[in-house]
Amino acid sequence: MTAATRPDRASHAARIMPGPAAIAEAMLAAGCRFFAGYPMTPFTEVLETMAARLPEVGGVCVNAESELEAVGMAWGAAATGTPAATGSTGQGLSLMQESLAEIVYARLPLVVLNMARAQGDYFQATRGGGHGDYRHLVLAPCDVPEAVELTQLAFHLAEKWRSPVLVMGDYYLAHTHQSVTVAPLDFGPLPPRDWALDGRSGGSGAAKLISPLSDAKQRHAAGRADAGYDLAEFYHRHVAVMERMVAEEPPRAETEFVEDAEVVVVAYGTPGAYVRQAVRELRAEGRRVGYVRPITLVPFPSEIVAAAAAGGRTVAVYENNQGQMLDDVRLAVLGAAPVRFIGGLSLDASGFGIAPDLDVAVLKARIAAVHDAAAPAGDAGHDGRGGAA
Amino acid sequence: MTVSLGTLVIDTEACKGCELCIDACPPDVLRMTTDIVNERGYRYPQLLPGCIACKACTAICPDFVFQVYRYEQPQQHGEAAE
Amino acid sequence: MSGRTELPVIRTDAPPACAARLVHDFTPALIDVGAHHLCPGCGEPIAMRSMVEQVEELDQVRRAIAVFGIGCYTAYSNNLDIEVLQALHGRAPSLATGVKRCRPDTLVFTVQGDGDMVNEGLQEVLHAAARGENITCFMLNNGVFGETGGHMTAATVLGQRTKNTLDGRDAAQHGYPIRLADLIAQLDGAAYVARGAVNNAVNITRTNRMIKNAFRAQLEGRGFSFVEILTMCPTGWFVDTLDAPAYLDEALAATHRPGVLKDTSKPAAPVSALAPVVAPESAPASAKGTTA
Repeated sequence: MTAATRPDRASHAARIMPGPAAIAEAMLAAGCRFFAGYPMTPFTEVLETMAARLPEVGGVCVNAESELEAVGMAWGAAATGTPAATGSTGQGLSLMQESLAEIVYARLPLVVLNMARAQGDYFQATRGGGHGDYRHLVLAPCDVPEAVELTQLAFHLAEKWRSPVLVMGDYYLAHTHQSVTVAPLDFGPLPPRDWALDGRSGGSGAAKLISPLSDAKQRHAAGRADAGYDLAEFYHRHVAVMERMVAEEPPRAETEFVEDAEVVVVAYGTPGAYVRQAVRELRAEGRRVGYVRPITLVPFPSEIVAAAAAGGRTVAVYENNQGQMLDDVRLAVLGAAPVRFIGGLSLDASGFGIAPDLDVAVLKARIAAVHDAAAPAGDAGHDGRGGAA
Repeated sequence: MTVSLGTLVIDTEACKGCELCIDACPPDVLRMTTDIVNERGYRYPQLLPGCIACKACTAICPDFVFQVYRYEQPQQHGEAAE
Repeated sequence: MSGRTELPVIRTDAPPACAARLVHDFTPALIDVGAHHLCPGCGEPIAMRSMVEQVEELDQVRRAIAVFGIGCYTAYSNNLDIEVLQALHGRAPSLATGVKRCRPDTLVFTVQGDGDMVNEGLQEVLHAAARGENITCFMLNNGVFGETGGHMTAATVLGQRTKNTLDGRDAAQHGYPIRLADLIAQLDGAAYVARGAVNNAVNITRTNRMIKNAFRAQLEGRGFSFVEILTMCPTGWFVDTLDAPAYLDEALAATHRPGVLKDTSKPAAPVSALAPVVAPESAPASAKGTTA
């Protein structure tokens, strides 16, 4: 990379960038100064870019010896108040889950990328792949420009709530070049990092503690004969914060044509962009179909989905898996409308998530089939039956 | 007549009776109580004349039971200490 | 018994009335609450005292960050007047790495047990050492998982009885113990490696010096430093508290031999009774000012 083409020389101009480079630049724009990772397709290119770029801005990127160590290093970095991130691909995220669960309770901001293969990690991301009773926010971009925005939003939310935030990417996001502008986004003021460790509170009688077990010191545990951690007290206090986070953070979703749609398709991530195109083409062909694309998977945009399904319209769910978000859609609809699954695991031989099903013609045919079945006999609510049905 | 170079304050209620200090004491001037126990039921160490303020007892005590003092002037013991 | 038992018992319920100087207080200044619910005769509070006293002696109280693993010693992680980051079982070296890379001006050390470090976290500490990570790791080695009630670890010595090796650890069935300090001393990134013990006053004094030298290695930016500290666990060993120091010598220390295994501040070859280690040809790239 020559000096003339270095991203920071033309940082605010739109240019064609591969997804990982765009995500990496977005992390830098959000202030990220520590990254640790372990190579795994399709996460590898994010690590490569961070390893090259972070030192240029005075940051640190560590090539960790495993995902366990990557998340541990990011945990330590986050504890110093340094905006930090790590990530991997589903399997690597599985290795990190124990730490992620603990980091939630340690109340530390951390951005975690899952450059997933297919969409099999929805449950892992939203149900807590780790142990214990925890939640964290999950954002799911559908293309590179949105990934640039949501990655920066993730750093803001992580710090706002002192919690890990997961950004769900996929193979397409990691291997697509798109025209994109990476400029720092301002999401508003953040609380001071007065909790961060720097050693200086030592000897003060109130040295800082960051622990998933509690933030209270023994000397403050009044009335306890045998000092130690009071896990019950801490968990209840922390659960209240998590509940507030999920309740107050507004769910985000993109919707189109839902006002009069007879079939509403729900899909997230890259497949959401394919569904969007399929729905638009079916609309152009006269079918009254619409879509909801959840952008926050936690909190799930239940009310938006429920509103789109109001009046008993049929809801179709597309996911490149056996049906995981399907559960959340059913919970949102609560039986008020029929819910049809039109997805399924679609892989090529590599298993990386290159889905033969991600073909607008294929998706149009499936949506049209649901639409045909959903339309009441003799209903003239739509003008034609053209297209791929 | 025995000379003490230092002395201890023993927080007998903090003691768990492990006796590590007894063996650790170079001049061998710590003795466990035999028929007296603290509130939690543990026997605890008592000091005899001859302490050299070497800090071996406090170094090995897991329960932080001892304070060690070094006298400015060695103290003679021939009779019951005040 | 000698006639000395007839000597009067000295009053020890209050400071002396005559002129005297306090030379060692009950609880170290950096430990908040002295009372704990670890077992009688436990070696871990002794080791903990040694660590925090060296932090104080080196005047690092307002620069220190301790990263704790999971074990009985975790009772101290919310009980210190220095900053603490609590890690998962085995993961402390990685957290310490993240802390140190972001705050190079702090003194970062981990407190882990043999179950934590040799069993679940073996690769973490080895990689941290190999990277020459400028941190200090302490391993409290009592040869058992004390917190679960005395179960075999990868450092349990042959013949040692534990809750799940009731007839003693048998190599044919349970394999051989790992001598972690010896392993770490072979890694080029390690600047200072030593093994101490807290079973008597002499060993405690030696261990204090090892801890201080390990901290110095970090403060001088020489790379990874490591002190393994053999500690008593009479409960987990099924021995009397009074017999535990001797059991440590006879059982644990016979396999895990105390001594300084590597010290890059010394020009001569490291002293080790067990495993002579050849000093690396050249210092690791990250280290500076290695040999005097």
